[in-house]
Amino acid sequence: MTFIYKSAAEMANALASKEISAVDLANEHFDRIESVDTDVHAFLYLDKEGALEQAKNVDAKRAAGEKLSPLAGVPLALKDVMAQRGIPTTCGSKILEGWRPPYDATVVTRLKDAGIVILGKTNMDEFAMGSSTENSAYGPTHNPWDLTRIPGGSGGGSSASLAAFEAPLAIGTDTGGSIRQPAAVTGTVGVKPTYGAVSRYGLVAFSSSLDQAGPCARTVLDAAMLHEVIAGHDKKDSSSINAPVPQVVAAAKKLDVKGMKIGVVKELGGEGFQKGVSERFNEALEELVKAGAEIVEVSCPNFEYALAAYYLIAPSEASSNLARFDSMRYGLRVGDDGSRGAEEVMSLTRQAGFGKEVKRRIILGTYALSSGYYDAYYGSAQRVRTLIMRDYEAAFAKADVLVSPTAPTTAFKIGEKANDPVAMYLNDIATIPVNMAGIGGMSLPCGLAPEDNLPVGFQIMSPAMKDDLMYQVGGTLEAALNSKWGSTLMSQAPALGAK
Amino acid sequence: MALNYDGVIEKYEPTLGLEVHVELNTNTKMFCGCSTEFGAEPNTQTCPVCLGLPGSLPVVNEVAIESAIKIGLALNCSIAPFSRFARKNYFYPDMPKDFQISQYDEPICVNGFLDVEIDIDEGTKSFRVEIERVHMEEDTGKSLHVGGATGRIHGAEYSLLDYNRAGIPLMEIVTKMIPGTEKYAPQVARAYVTELRDILRSLGVSDVKMEQGSLRCDANVSLSPRGSGKLGTRSETKNVNSLRSVERAIHGEMIRQGNLLENGERIIQETRHFLEESGETRPGRSKETAEDYRYFQEPDLVPVAPEASWIEEIRATLPERPSVRRKRLQAEWAVPDKEMTAMINAELLDTVEATVKLGADPTKARTWWLGEISRVANEKEVEATSLMNPAQVAEVIGLVASGELTDKLARQVVEGVIAGEGSPREVIEKRGLKVVSDDSALMAAIEAAISSQPDTAQRVRDGNIPAAGALIGAVMKATGGQADAARVRELLLNHLGQGA
Repeated sequence: MTFIYKSAAEMANALASKEISAVDLANEHFDRIESVDTDVHAFLYLDKEGALEQAKNVDAKRAAGEKLSPLAGVPLALKDVMAQRGIPTTCGSKILEGWRPPYDATVVTRLKDAGIVILGKTNMDEFAMGSSTENSAYGPTHNPWDLTRIPGGSGGGSSASLAAFEAPLAIGTDTGGSIRQPAAVTGTVGVKPTYGAVSRYGLVAFSSSLDQAGPCARTVLDAAMLHEVIAGHDKKDSSSINAPVPQVVAAAKKLDVKGMKIGVVKELGGEGFQKGVSERFNEALEELVKAGAEIVEVSCPNFEYALAAYYLIAPSEASSNLARFDSMRYGLRVGDDGSRGAEEVMSLTRQAGFGKEVKRRIILGTYALSSGYYDAYYGSAQRVRTLIMRDYEAAFAKADVLVSPTAPTTAFKIGEKANDPVAMYLNDIATIPVNMAGIGGMSLPCGLAPEDNLPVGFQIMSPAMKDDLMYQVGGTLEAALNSKWGSTLMSQAPALGAK
Repeated sequence: MALNYDGVIEKYEPTLGLEVHVELNTNTKMFCGCSTEFGAEPNTQTCPVCLGLPGSLPVVNEVAIESAIKIGLALNCSIAPFSRFARKNYFYPDMPKDFQISQYDEPICVNGFLDVEIDIDEGTKSFRVEIERVHMEEDTGKSLHVGGATGRIHGAEYSLLDYNRAGIPLMEIVTKMIPGTEKYAPQVARAYVTELRDILRSLGVSDVKMEQGSLRCDANVSLSPRGSGKLGTRSETKNVNSLRSVERAIHGEMIRQGNLLENGERIIQETRHFLEESGETRPGRSKETAEDYRYFQEPDLVPVAPEASWIEEIRATLPERPSVRRKRLQAEWAVPDKEMTAMINAELLDTVEATVKLGADPTKARTWWLGEISRVANEKEVEATSLMNPAQVAEVIGLVASGELTDKLARQVVEGVIAGEGSPREVIEKRGLKVVSDDSALMAAIEAAISSQPDTAQRVRDGNIPAAGALIGAVMKATGGQADAARVRELLLNHLGQGA
């Protein structure tokens, strides 16, 4: 009997009752990866040695009767944007090829301390810029539901690893939807916690004021359990929240939304959204009504400007964050043959090391910050950000949580939007406002779109520092849908590998 | 004919602007926990944060904020209740992140002033230098360009990078434009930097060693034709490395600019480098096309918002301003100007004050520290304060005052203390240096002297008082110099019937 199809919580129970050892559980996952990852390409690097050593330690501690953290021994896939000591960390970019960080990200430290077994590093759009994982310098990841389709992005490797049962848990990072949109198109759960809830120390920055790491899983409870491992104040990150972490595991187990007000954001739906996406979203709303919630409609008029403002702020910060990749100290160095000066080597390295989308955003951001343009672009974008926060404030005055479809469409074909950046950017229209305001957002599956039989994501947004609310609603909705379907959505996923 | 300095002043009015960079002496760097100690092996005081490794994040050093507030308060600035860090974006191999975390439009201290005095023929003259801002930033690494003629990056065979300095806290103190200094411009600039250095030292926030680069000055100068009311184009002379150079650089730059203007040429807005040997400046990089640093708020840091009560606490602990203190001490101690200057230059003012506070006479304290102790310190090439401490010096002075030691003995005591023989008391014990104050012992020595020189004794009895010197000398010799010569004289003359 294999354990790979179980939830992380179930695996944790099986480990606790010694039905399986952590080493065997890790090996089962490595076997699975070996058989399916040639097709899926979720992983960029496997750390079999490190993972098995950690698993062995957990087994030894358990045998010795030591008290272990709830997820001890459960495997996890780590997005390649997180620094892990001694393990190649590329951010999906050629420019970091060969770099092995001399330190662990705070998230990694917490995972290790909790006894979680890190299997390896997952594929992503280069420097988390993209919505399809096609921008990885190491080739695209394929959606386990349909290998010709994208797994979302930037964290497509993490979401695909979950949907392909290569790992029960994954870490993602979400700057404009990079956790939630991949979750939506792969039928998995992804959570972007409140900005500052999870330390950014060791998360290679794309857009510092928007980046946030979060848990990815196949169930709401699993995500909550991982959330509690990685969240909490870190003195190495000045933007980290110094307050107790909301009780998200308890919230995920509540299964009760009676009397809660759920606000449907008028601007995040309707026109531009695939028919099947809207249908499944509306059916899910009905389940929430049946569970005793009240649905209200709210309007956030400034969301209209969110995408445009995001594509000024994020590239601006990126243009500065990515400046350090100058070939001087680590990673790729091109043209250093003794005949060229530092500046020329720098520029040859960037030319070869950065992909098209990254270059596009560096140029965009450099321009937006330039003197004479700053006020019109970066300055205006920051003002839009304030307006979006006010829209949320007003909306949360009327509702406990807000909801929308996570992405306007189901997974599209690999290559379909590769040459149309704006079409690609529009994928994140419903997820971006959450990052702009720094609040929490979750995506969980709400069924398959009838027209293409592909997963649809349901987004729940909760006020800053009230991440427990989205887990409460998410957990309730998940239970209602599972009971309606008679099984989880993931159980309908196509079999992979051994054909 | 070329204009000399007086000729330039006759026709043009100078306007100054001074930017001073100060390295703080915090134990750790501005945004990480790495040591800031000077002179360590290259790249041994680094971590992911100050190396700018991907994923690392800065965290503000609170001591640096406190130092910035101290500096701001000492310079009469208002302390911003809310200030921010910004990123200054530019590429350079010794910049780990290829941006520098600095402050831009929201610095921590604004709108201060510093009054400075200069000596002129008619006495002293006071100038108020207005301070625009004091802001915090991080230092860059250091490059060493090897090979090539100039020691600069262009033409070098290769470059070595040392990131120990990267991330050391820097304060930039910027004046507003300083008009109206007239012919005194170079002196005012020097007096300002001197006063600023003394204040920073008294605050204990920096080593302020210009030669080590912990205090660096950039001097902006422009000239405008007298009465034109129009500000001239300025040049910026970089990294002037001594107080004297500040004065010389501005002097030289004024002559250069004056002559250019006189010949109908235009001043180029540029960075210039001061040449120590000639006192002139040579052009550096042109600033005609202003560099675009693409400043924006540092998203990795939260705003600095010091509590008003904290600021007041810091204000309450500020030391007396050095120039005020110097004047007060000079008056209290009645020290002549020349000696006061010597004490300041020898950096012994604090030590002398500490000695005086322990009860020593100011003049005696000054004489010991600047005299005997400094002499030995110079010989041994060490600091005077490493040889003795104020308590020991005060004790010696006290023993002389009470008559327990003569000046001559005191010198031997000091010699013993410096030689590490223990406290003044211990040296006295060990060396047996006590003044012989027992009259009967002295009388015995006097009797012996008289009997060995009966003729001399007779001359004294006959009224030849100066002849007593030979007898006193013999007594002093017999007592090993430990007798109080005045007492010997008194006893001897009494004995020979010549007492007062």
